[in-house]
Amino acid sequence: MRKMVFKRILSCRVNVSVVYSPASHREFSHYSLSLSLQLSYTVSRAADMDLQCLIGMKFNDFVLMATDMSQLQRIMVQKSDDDKMYQLSSHLVMAVAGEAGDTTQFAEYIAKNIQLYKMRNGYELSPSAAVHFTRHTLATHLRSREPYTVNLLMGGYDPKTDAAELFYMDFLGASVPVNFYGFGYGGMFTLSITDREYRPDMTEDEAYELMKKCISEVKRRFIVNLPKFRVRLISKDGLKDLPVIVAEGEAA
Amino acid sequence: MKGKNCVAIACDLRFGVQAQTISTDFKRVFELGPHLYIGLPGLATDTQTVLQRLQFRIKMYEMREGRRLKPHTLMAMMQNLLYERRFGPYFVEPVIAGLDPNTKEPYICALDLIGCACEPADFVVSGTCSESLYGMCETTWQEDMEPEDLFECISQSLVNAFDRDALSGWGAVVHIIEQDKVTTRTLKCRQD
Repeated sequence: MRKMVFKRILSCRVNVSVVYSPASHREFSHYSLSLSLQLSYTVSRAADMDLQCLIGMKFNDFVLMATDMSQLQRIMVQKSDDDKMYQLSSHLVMAVAGEAGDTTQFAEYIAKNIQLYKMRNGYELSPSAAVHFTRHTLATHLRSREPYTVNLLMGGYDPKTDAAELFYMDFLGASVPVNFYGFGYGGMFTLSITDREYRPDMTEDEAYELMKKCISEVKRRFIVNLPKFRVRLISKDGLKDLPVIVAEGEAA
Repeated sequence: MKGKNCVAIACDLRFGVQAQTISTDFKRVFELGPHLYIGLPGLATDTQTVLQRLQFRIKMYEMREGRRLKPHTLMAMMQNLLYERRFGPYFVEPVIAGLDPNTKEPYICALDLIGCACEPADFVVSGTCSESLYGMCETTWQEDMEPEDLFECISQSLVNAFDRDALSGWGAVVHIIEQDKVTTRTLKCRQD
């Protein structure tokens, strides 16, 4: 039998301006080659970052978060019961998407540090303080030899101020509070639905229905099959697991 | 922009990644003292990082010196902060506006991403639509404008400039810094 020779394809983007020029920003590539190459390298490695879908929505009394349950490697589904959400404290959850090892490493590092603060000081960090710490970690690692390529959604409830909070954080370390957001290509379809249908005073059932609508849109229009989404709700009573949403309906 | 015994500083509110808008409430002008404001347009993560590092330095300065920062000193501090990262810079191009704490002299200055500062007599601009901003400011700015006229001038320059830019917009925040007060106004314009 003839020996099969497989050619190894090294995807290596050198041109920075193609995929990820920094947010709201001109071409700085001629200023700093080192960071540009580093950014392009991290992007070319985490090509499946966009295939993962994280959705978060903040309402008056609670935050609803959904993550897809497929763990993908190139073209293969490794497992379809993956949990991309990590509980950081009693009222804070972090949904993570990005490069394979970085997600777990970063998420566990942050989770353990949040718990360490609680052990040392006797009280938990508020969601915004935890987000501040996470952003600082991500931004510090960005310009080191080991940047983390992870996109995060951090959803929590602050018992002291009685407010639900949702924060967007991208892999560069930019963090903003948002009412709702979806990461990845699946998120792009979600944003249109939520822009139209979202209201901050929705009940838990209405919010769950809205999440179902978003996920069926992803099933209908996204080329990659993300059949199941894990859904969690964070309110003043803490974390609650809602039934897994299996999108129904035919693809378009 | 400089006016008669006053300065004005304004920014847009869009935060996005290339074509996608993520937040329409991302302020990039920050108050560092009673009459001292800095604008940090550029890469959002560096806006936040530079602000945090700057606030630390300013607090240390005020604790050591026992007095408020002068605008000119802030410029020097920014120059140092940015040049420290000469070969891996922060992607922000700051704009400083303020009144001297003692003489109440208006002061504006712009820096590039590695800390080269310039202190012109009229106006400074920075951002993705800086070319449009230069054009608008050049035509509308006059010397010795009163605070009300200065507000009109800076608002019109900013809004018309970022209306032509896809990456900027979604509203604006304008601060008019006078000797006895600071007026902050939020403008709602084309929401795109």
